[in-house]
Amino acid sequence: MDAISHVAGRAIPFGRKNVDTDVVIPAHWLKTITREGLGKGAFEAVKKEPGNVFTDPEYAGAPILIAGDNFGCGSSREHAAWALLDMGVSCVIAPSFSDIFSGNAFKNGILTVALPQEAIDRLMEVAREHPIDVDLETQSVTTPFQDRWTFEIDAFRKHCLLEGLDEIGLTMAQGDAISVYEAKAKADLPFLAKTPATAA
Amino acid sequence: MTKQPRTLYQKIWDAHVIDTRDDGTSLIYIDRHLVHEVTSPQAFESLRVAGRPVRRPDLTLAVPDHNLPTTARKDAAGHILPITDPESAQQLAALQKNAPEFGIRYIDSTDAEQGIVHVVGPEQGFSLPGATIVCGDSHTACHGGLGALAFGIGTSEVEHVLATQTLLLKRSKTMEVRVEGQLGAGVTSKDVVLHVIGVIGTAGGTGHVIEFCGNVFEEMTVEGRLTVCNMAIEGGARAGLIAPDETTFAYVKGRPYAPKGEDWDKALAWWRSLATDEGATFDKSVQIRAEDIQPTVTWGTSPEDTSAIGGSVPAPEDFADASKREAVKVSLDYMGLTPGTKLTDVEVQNVFIGSCTNSRIEDIRAAAEVLKGRHKADNVKWAIVVPGSGLVKAQAEAEGLDKIIIDAGLEWREPGCSACLAMNPDKVPAGERCASTSNRNFTGRQGPGSRTHLMSPAMAAAAAVTGKLTDVRELMG
Repeated sequence: MDAISHVAGRAIPFGRKNVDTDVVIPAHWLKTITREGLGKGAFEAVKKEPGNVFTDPEYAGAPILIAGDNFGCGSSREHAAWALLDMGVSCVIAPSFSDIFSGNAFKNGILTVALPQEAIDRLMEVAREHPIDVDLETQSVTTPFQDRWTFEIDAFRKHCLLEGLDEIGLTMAQGDAISVYEAKAKADLPFLAKTPATAA
Repeated sequence: MTKQPRTLYQKIWDAHVIDTRDDGTSLIYIDRHLVHEVTSPQAFESLRVAGRPVRRPDLTLAVPDHNLPTTARKDAAGHILPITDPESAQQLAALQKNAPEFGIRYIDSTDAEQGIVHVVGPEQGFSLPGATIVCGDSHTACHGGLGALAFGIGTSEVEHVLATQTLLLKRSKTMEVRVEGQLGAGVTSKDVVLHVIGVIGTAGGTGHVIEFCGNVFEEMTVEGRLTVCNMAIEGGARAGLIAPDETTFAYVKGRPYAPKGEDWDKALAWWRSLATDEGATFDKSVQIRAEDIQPTVTWGTSPEDTSAIGGSVPAPEDFADASKREAVKVSLDYMGLTPGTKLTDVEVQNVFIGSCTNSRIEDIRAAAEVLKGRHKADNVKWAIVVPGSGLVKAQAEAEGLDKIIIDAGLEWREPGCSACLAMNPDKVPAGERCASTSNRNFTGRQGPGSRTHLMSPAMAAAAAVTGKLTDVRELMG
């Protein structure tokens, strides 16, 4: 994962509520065995709507996406995060996110910023013509007009994002603790610690 | 010293903590990992590149389901038929190659045990009460019906579990959904969960694990409980749980991967200690009266857009929240519905009975009961019944249910995810409606432009017979 500390630039004022990951990337795009090239399929159905923000040249290549409540609900497909990255988005701002999507975004170095609906409304307005600035170090979002909001982020996630840490490598370094747990489980919860050798 | 009363979730969580950091992030041990072809290729590829093995291949089970066509898999001579979609074929081949390369047990597309990963896990006894179970699929919540802490993960987490058999997690908040009372005739587990989502909304359970409590769930079969927990994710909760009880233990006992002998006795003793303690508290609680639940369908493009079948299509103005009003406008436009239309006047052209929500033997029986001696309406062009696994298929055929289904003019297919998400050739055409027993009515979910109405297997069978959304109680004897 690449380190990320600051995202600045234009933002796509999407604003829609309950955007599910089927909308971010429809199922027929999931047949790939790589992570690349999914930007083409991102928001495929929305791109067909007249006047949509995703085909508007004004927002081409914008690094920030603004959405409504419960962004990323539904399917656990990490392809949604890969599709956003591939279209150049490395930060999503919304009032709330689904649990699975926010985890997937984090693992791919995409910053998910939760702000109250009033802030979203103001950002939607600003984004039409102006850039937005998101700073992870100070946990703040600012506009060229003195607007400033701060956001919460899990301390561990912040650390990983700022340092670009490999979570699997970190956990593998705890291999001994995992082995200790496994030995204990073998004694206490043997029915969970193994599957019968006779099973198919 | 008296112990602090704990919920079922807290007990399973506590039994699986390896380490907790100062910031509250815990390293959690994963007991069972289910793998399918769509969300795993990138994880296996990364392991290969990093030269990392799978830590516990013996706790991992792989089965293809999403891409598989549900038409015949072998020709008359018994030769395996090729997958015609080259991308699907490539993804299926990747799992077929990756599983043995990493030493993982693999059920092949033509094996009798093949099926939807969330049907196979419980059916094989691989999914167990009290276990932590993950899969790169959000409907992993399903296994919570056995009293397991089961949830969907992304591909990076799939890789993390393959490499370490653990996940880094923060403890969730807990939410109790209590349904007490007597369910009316024709009201099934699917109606219960659709009604619950209608009440709490699709973000109602975000950040929470839901425990479904009350006599309605206690009296449900394991199949019914799996249906309920399956859709916990549609209520925003990553996991749903129902306390394991004698019904659960009877279901698990004797299955191929279930514990045996001394291990079984030990398991029973522990499982019996898992139920939420008297006096344990939940962060959030919702009470629902069973008598308030009617046979339920969805009218919009979010699973929270539910209504009793006797209702009408709502108008955007019926909603207080401004952003919901806007969403309803977009949704009704997509669905081609006019506010005020009676739901029972809405015609359907397609019927899909299947998916990890409703493709178990009980679901097939419920559909067949309605279809028996009847025939699908002429305006229903496409109606398929897709069993959840090869074993469900065999059981249904042994009971003669396939014959009832075929005689009613519906197609009887091979197991897989099918038209629930239309990754395989089973798609609902643009602009057409589908009465579907699946779990998501999202825009384009069953194919670009498809219009989905979610409901129970009995209700979908009733819709097939009349060609319209129908109150199944009118067809009940």
